[in-house]
Amino acid sequence: MRDLTDLALNLAKLKGASYADVRIVNQKQESLEVKNGSPEQIKYSESLGFGVRVIINGAWGFASSSRLEKEEIERVTQLAIRIARASATAKIADVVLSPLQPVQANYKTPFVQDPFDVSIVQKLDLLLKAEALLRKEQQVKVARGSMTTWKEEKSFASTEGSFIQQQILHCGAGVMATAVRDGDVQVRSYPNSFRGNFASSGYEFIESLQLAQNAERVASEAVQLLSADHCPSEVTTVIIDGSQLALQVHESCGHPIELDRVFGTEASYAGTSFLTTDKLGNFKYGSPIVNIVADAITEGGLGTFGFDDEGVPAQSVQIVKDGIFVGYLTSRETAARLGITSGGAMRADGWNRIPLIRMINVSLEPGDWRFEDMIADTDEGLYLETNKSWSIDEKRLNFQFGTEIAWEIKGGKQGKMLKSPTYTSITPQFWGSCDAIANRNYWKMWGTPNCGKGEPMQVMHTGHGASPARFRNIQVGVMK
Amino acid sequence: MTDRGQTLSLLKKTLGLSADADQTEIFFWANDSHLTRFANNYIHQNVSEKNASLSIRVILGKKIGSASTNLLDPKSIQNTVAKAIQIARNQRDNPHFESLPSAEGKYASVNTFDAETASVTPDQRAKIARKVIEVAKKGHLTASGALSTGVVQVGVVNSLGIQVCQSFSRGALRIVFQASDGASGYAESFSTKVRQIDPEEMAHQAAEKCAQGAHPVDLPPGQYTVVLEPYAVGNMLEFLAYLGFGALAMQEGRSFMCGKLGQKITGQSITIWDDGGSPQGMPLPFDFEGIPKQPITLLENGIAQAVVYDSYTAGREEGKVSTGHALPAPNTFGPVPLNLFMKNGNSGLREMIESTERGIYVTRFHYTNPLEPIKAVITGMTRDGTFLIENGQIKKGVRNLRFTQSILEALSNVSLISQDTRLVSGLDDELGGTVVPALKIEKFNFTGATAAV
Repeated sequence: MRDLTDLALNLAKLKGASYADVRIVNQKQESLEVKNGSPEQIKYSESLGFGVRVIINGAWGFASSSRLEKEEIERVTQLAIRIARASATAKIADVVLSPLQPVQANYKTPFVQDPFDVSIVQKLDLLLKAEALLRKEQQVKVARGSMTTWKEEKSFASTEGSFIQQQILHCGAGVMATAVRDGDVQVRSYPNSFRGNFASSGYEFIESLQLAQNAERVASEAVQLLSADHCPSEVTTVIIDGSQLALQVHESCGHPIELDRVFGTEASYAGTSFLTTDKLGNFKYGSPIVNIVADAITEGGLGTFGFDDEGVPAQSVQIVKDGIFVGYLTSRETAARLGITSGGAMRADGWNRIPLIRMINVSLEPGDWRFEDMIADTDEGLYLETNKSWSIDEKRLNFQFGTEIAWEIKGGKQGKMLKSPTYTSITPQFWGSCDAIANRNYWKMWGTPNCGKGEPMQVMHTGHGASPARFRNIQVGVMK
Repeated sequence: MTDRGQTLSLLKKTLGLSADADQTEIFFWANDSHLTRFANNYIHQNVSEKNASLSIRVILGKKIGSASTNLLDPKSIQNTVAKAIQIARNQRDNPHFESLPSAEGKYASVNTFDAETASVTPDQRAKIARKVIEVAKKGHLTASGALSTGVVQVGVVNSLGIQVCQSFSRGALRIVFQASDGASGYAESFSTKVRQIDPEEMAHQAAEKCAQGAHPVDLPPGQYTVVLEPYAVGNMLEFLAYLGFGALAMQEGRSFMCGKLGQKITGQSITIWDDGGSPQGMPLPFDFEGIPKQPITLLENGIAQAVVYDSYTAGREEGKVSTGHALPAPNTFGPVPLNLFMKNGNSGLREMIESTERGIYVTRFHYTNPLEPIKAVITGMTRDGTFLIENGQIKKGVRNLRFTQSILEALSNVSLISQDTRLVSGLDDELGGTVVPALKIEKFNFTGATAAV
C-alpha cells in the first residue's frame, strides 16, 4: 500500500505541491430489508479507489479514480495538480494549514463479532421474526425490518510524513410499522425512524437492540394513532425524547458549528450559519444547563474513529459550556484562520470525495433529572417521541420538526396519545428555554447514517448522544 | 469513458458468468465527473472523479440476490457474480416477484451526449467561475456556486434479451450571490451541452435579485398570494413524484393518489406528465432495468390519471406492465418519474406580479421535507430572492419565511400559469430533470419566519 501512496506523494512534490495527501479506501456494505413477510432486498456492494489532494500555488486540487494501478495513480495525481493550478487562477489568499504532528498509526473499531461473518440466514431470521410481530396488528399494512453494515478500510498518507491505516465498522437495524385506515397513514418505528439505530460496533449491537421485544408495542401504537386526536395548535411545554433530541442537536447545533459553513464555503448549497466567529465565547446559545460536546472518541458513536481524513487525531471539543457557545468543528485550514489547531472533524464519505468538516459525535451532555420526575414536574404539555420530519433554514435558525407520536401531559401525568405532532422555534430561543435534562441513566448514543452535505453530495455517518429534555413555551401543532 | 460497444461486451461477458441462475441482470454505471466550486469570490473546492461499477441481480426461482463492485478485473467480477448467487441461495422466496423484464418496445432516439461537455478542462471551468465572480465583485456582492461537467454512461443487459447502453453528458451551474445587507439571489441552469449555459447572464440574474431584495424586512406569517418561480414549482413536483407518483406508494397505501384515480385532486388548469424521450427536458430513454420509458400522464386537468411502474410493481397487479420507471435494483423505494413536465399557461411573471395587490414572490425553496405524505403536506423555507409584492410591484426584500402547505391544495388554488417554462433539477442530480412554468397561487400558508440573531 505504501508504495502506491508514495508514488502519488512523490509525484506531487516533484510537480511543486507544497502539500499533498492520498487516501486509498475500500468500502463494503451489506443491506438487508424485509417487508410484509418477504425479503425485499439483500445487497452486497464493494467500492475501492483512491483520491489525491494537493496544494499548488496556494490552492486546492483533488482527483480520484477507481482504478488502483500505478499508471492511473500518476494520471490522477497529474490531474489533481492541473486542477489546483486552475483553482489558483481564482484565489484570494493562499491556503494555510494549522500545524500537525505527523504520525504512523493504526486504528480499528472495537467489536466482538463482524456482521459480515454472520450468515445471511441468521440475519434474515432476526429481521423476519421481529417484522412478523408487527403484522399481528391487522391494520398494519406495511411492516418493515432492515439491517445495514458498513466496513471501511482506509490508508492515509501525506507529504508531511503521516501514514495511517484504519478499519471502521458501522452497523444497525430497525423495524417500522405503517398503519393505514380511511385515508389516514400513521407510522411507528423502533428503535428510531429512518431504518433504526446505528453504532460503530459489531453484530452484538444489532442483537442488543431487541427488535422483536419492541415490535408489538410499536405496531400497537401505530394502530392507536389512527384513532388518536390531532396534536393541538398551542404554545406549551414539550418534553422531547432522546432520539428526536439527537436530531435536534444535529440540525440546530451540529450544522451551525461547522466552521466551513460559518466561513461561507457551503453558501451555495446547504447554507451558512448564525454562529459567526464574533459570537465565539460570548453568545448565549442555550440556558445554563445546556452543555454540548463534539468528540470522536466515545465508544460506539458513528463519529468515532482514530484519525480524521486529514490525519488529525480523534479528540473532544467543548461546543456549548453552561449555555455559552465556545467551540467549532474545524479542519486544518479553517482552524488556522482562528489561530488554533484542528479539532479533527474532516471526513470524506469515500475515496472519490474530498474531506469536508462533518459532525463527529455532537452530543448534549446529561443533566440531573429522572425522566419520571420531569413528567411529574410538568403541569401541562406534550411528550414527543421519534422523528418523522425535519426542516431548518439556511442559517440554522428557524426549524420545524414532526414526530411520529406525542402524549399529552396533564397534572404531572402522561395522558392520551396525539397524532401528527409538530413543533417549531428559533434555535437560541429554543435551547434558551431548556429547563430540565434527564440524567446519564437516560442518555444514549444515537447514530445518524444519512447526513448530507457538499457538492458533489456526501452522505456521512454522525453520532449524537442525548437524554430526554424539557423546553418551555414552544409552538406545537403547526397548521392545525 | 469506454465506448458503447466495449461496455456492452463487458456486460454480456459478465452475463455469461451466471449460468447457474434462472435469470440475471447486469447494470453498469460509469461516470467521469468534474466540479469546480466557488465561495467568497474564489475557487475553494475543485474535484474530479472517475468510476465505473457493475451491479448484478440474479434470480433463482423467486429468490433474488444482488451484489455490486467497482473492481472490474475478471476475477473480481467473477467473485461478485458468485456473491450474488450465494445471496440468492440463502434468500427466501419473494412471492411478489414475477420475472425480470424482457426486451419489448422501442427506445426513443434522443441525443444525450455532447463531446465538448464531456471534456471540459479545469482551466475552462475556472474561466467560467471567474466570469461569475467578476460580476459579483462589480456589484460588491459575494459569489458562491458550483459548475459541474462530465458524462455518465448507463448500460443494462439481462438474460431475457435486454441490451441497452447510452452516455449522458451534463453541464450544470448553480449560483448564489449574497449582499452585505442580507439580500441574496439565485440562478441555476443545466444542459446536455455546457455551451448553452450563459454564466454572465445567470450572474446578472442573481445580482438583480440582490438589488431587488436590498435590506430585507420581516413579514408576519400567514396566508398570502404567492408568485413562485419555476425553481420553487419544480421542488413541489419533485415531492409529488417522491411521495405519490410511483406504483409502490400506491400499493402500500401511502400515496396521495390512493383511491383517487379518475378524481379531481388539483385545480383544472394542472396537467403533469412524465416523458423520458422529450428533448425539451433531459431525456432518459430507458429506465434502470433497460425498459423504454413510456410517456405517462399523471394528472390531466386536475384529475389523477396514473402512476408509474417498474417490472416488480407491475408484476404485483393484474394486467399492468412496466412503464419504464425503475430505479437501479435492488431498491425498496419503487419506481419514480424522473422527467416531469407541467403544462404551461398563457401568463408571465410580469402579469403575475402586476395582478397582485399584496403577495410574496418566491425564487426557490430550501430544505423542504414532507410532513403528511398522504396529503402531500410539505414544509420548507424560502431562499435567495423572497420579495413583498404590493400594488402590482415588487416592493422590497423579505427575510426568509417558512411554509407548511399541502401541494395538492396549492395546485388547487393556482390563478395564473406562465407561458414560459424552465428546465430545473429533479429528483436525481445526474440524470433527468423537470420542466415547469411559474405559478401564481392564492392562499399559500406561511407558518413562520427566520430571525435576525
